[in-house]
Amino acid sequence: MIQFLLKGIIRDKNRSVLPVIVISIGVFLTVLFSAWFKGIFGDMINVNANFSTGHVKIMTRAYADNAEQMPNDLALMEAGQLINSLNAEFPTLEWVERIHFGGLLDVPGENGETRAQGMATGQGIDFFTPGSREPERMNIPGSIVQGGLPDQPGEALISNDFAERFNVKIGDPITLFGSTMYGGMAFSNFTVAGTVRFGMRALDRGAILIDITDAQAALDMADAAGEILGYFKDGQYDAEQALQVKTAFNAKYEADTDEFAPQMLRLNDQQGLDEYLAMADYISGGMTFLFILAMSIVLWNTGLLGGLRRYNEFGVRLAMGEEKNHIYRTLIIESLLIGTIGSVIGTILGLAAAYYLQEYGINFGSAIQGGGMMMPEVFRADITPESFYIGFIPGLFSMALGTALSGIGIYKRRTAVLFKELSV
Amino acid sequence: MNDLTILFFSFLLLAFTISPDADEILKKVEENMTSDNRVFESEMIIHGRRGSRTITSKTYSVGDKQSFTEYLSPAREAGTKMLKLENQLWIYSPSTDRTIQISGHLLRQSVMGSDLSYEDMMDDRKLTDVYSAKLVGEEVVEERTTFVLELTAKVEDVAYHSQKMWIDTERFVPLREELYAKSGQLLKRTTLSDVQKIEGRWFPMTIVFKDMLKQGDGTEFRMTKVQFDQEIPAYLFTKAALKQ
Repeated sequence: MIQFLLKGIIRDKNRSVLPVIVISIGVFLTVLFSAWFKGIFGDMINVNANFSTGHVKIMTRAYADNAEQMPNDLALMEAGQLINSLNAEFPTLEWVERIHFGGLLDVPGENGETRAQGMATGQGIDFFTPGSREPERMNIPGSIVQGGLPDQPGEALISNDFAERFNVKIGDPITLFGSTMYGGMAFSNFTVAGTVRFGMRALDRGAILIDITDAQAALDMADAAGEILGYFKDGQYDAEQALQVKTAFNAKYEADTDEFAPQMLRLNDQQGLDEYLAMADYISGGMTFLFILAMSIVLWNTGLLGGLRRYNEFGVRLAMGEEKNHIYRTLIIESLLIGTIGSVIGTILGLAAAYYLQEYGINFGSAIQGGGMMMPEVFRADITPESFYIGFIPGLFSMALGTALSGIGIYKRRTAVLFKELSV
Repeated sequence: MNDLTILFFSFLLLAFTISPDADEILKKVEENMTSDNRVFESEMIIHGRRGSRTITSKTYSVGDKQSFTEYLSPAREAGTKMLKLENQLWIYSPSTDRTIQISGHLLRQSVMGSDLSYEDMMDDRKLTDVYSAKLVGEEVVEERTTFVLELTAKVEDVAYHSQKMWIDTERFVPLREELYAKSGQLLKRTTLSDVQKIEGRWFPMTIVFKDMLKQGDGTEFRMTKVQFDQEIPAYLFTKAALKQ
């Protein structure tokens, strides 16, 4: 029967062309936007995890209360000992120290006095420990515009925008002026080893990246760290496992009332990422529902028009003794076939467009303002296994629903008046 | 002169005695608090959330335009020097051998983690040049009778739009100050105490600054030695002196 119906669909273009176009467009949009939103939210979460939140993060309670101010005076002390115990207790995660700081980057002129200066946010990360995954985690090698990674103490990476604005070259000295952990003045000279551009406005305006040991020395933070981040060794964030780790860790300090006791947060708990994760799911589901609704209405209408056009055909089939249920079933099967054809075409087109966005993305840099979350400037799509089937849900469902609604008219036909109708 | 006239003038005299002119009060305060030049040694005790630390320094200043401060301890800060000329500020760090100019909104940053900002240290202008004063009453502060003055800025480039000052009615030294933003928010509170007579003028030797937007118990600024009208060599107020 399917072969028979397929022949009908192919030969009777009026029966299939418009529904296939409608479904293809709807499925195309569903696949494209689903992959694009997934890419945008995925990138945002990855960027924030890699640069800021980790899969889990440990801070003192006092630091956590004011984390956006980078209050290194409230940092974790004896960080080395804490990392050792974390490695022993939670070996599925890699634990790293990070120090975030703010300060003034001052560029000296020939006589050593200020030639140019600008505010910068900085990070101390582990550049020098052999096997450290920190540079790759933050995509630093891929973000280098000039020069290379720091390979000895006293070297720094600065943002390329800053370097261009103040005409700073590789090998030039710069001075970091900030506050030590104890509130004193922190002065440190660095040599520019390279310049970076991350494609994130928050970092590219003015940033300095130095080794964690240099940051500890500059900010008088011996064996201290603002934050200790944990990353699952397979690189994949597992919210449930992260919750177990967090619960086990925090339980140890439950009775400790010290504001400097460590406290662990999951990725979800930070910077509203939980809401973003939930939003990603809601948007994907909501978009599918909307397309189903919109396409069903269009296809219902198309089905009604088709029903009028095929009024005589149904009358003849009923007159020849075909049951109403059978005609209705064939209509539904026919709609599923048309839905499948439209879904395949729409999915192929949607995947092609999503692939383009995955590779090249769209730059929204000028539209992104500052904020707590780190946002990539280029919004890219992410083609996942879901992208291959998500379009079939609205594609098949809306066509079947549209036909089911319009096909009800068959049951209103009365065999007693068929010949009268057909003779007209 | 009949009795009625005498009574009238007595009341008038009394009224002037009770409510002196606010600008007059400020001028008397300035006579105590400002000088052609001064040299003082001080210790700044910063009470943070993790404990307290003390920073000692020696400051030379001429009028309200020039000042030079050298930090003496702790070891990490020792040798750091700060030079203010007019409205410019430079800091020299011996560890990096760099002289850095501090400008813009960095001036609002805390000095050494204290409750004082660079801007607070920079603005030494006479109160009468910057604020219009109004006497609003009298209160007792630390067992001393004080005039309560409300000051409102009459210039734009001022860190605090308004101030409230409690001034000792006998010594003409402020005992308490509250500094407000234009929105009316209280930004800082200072308490001045240990008032001593030095070279003929009353001077508060201890000032506690409290940044109301910051946690902690504030910063205590104690002058351990003050000398007025000293001979200060002019070269001290040059950038070259920072590296010496």
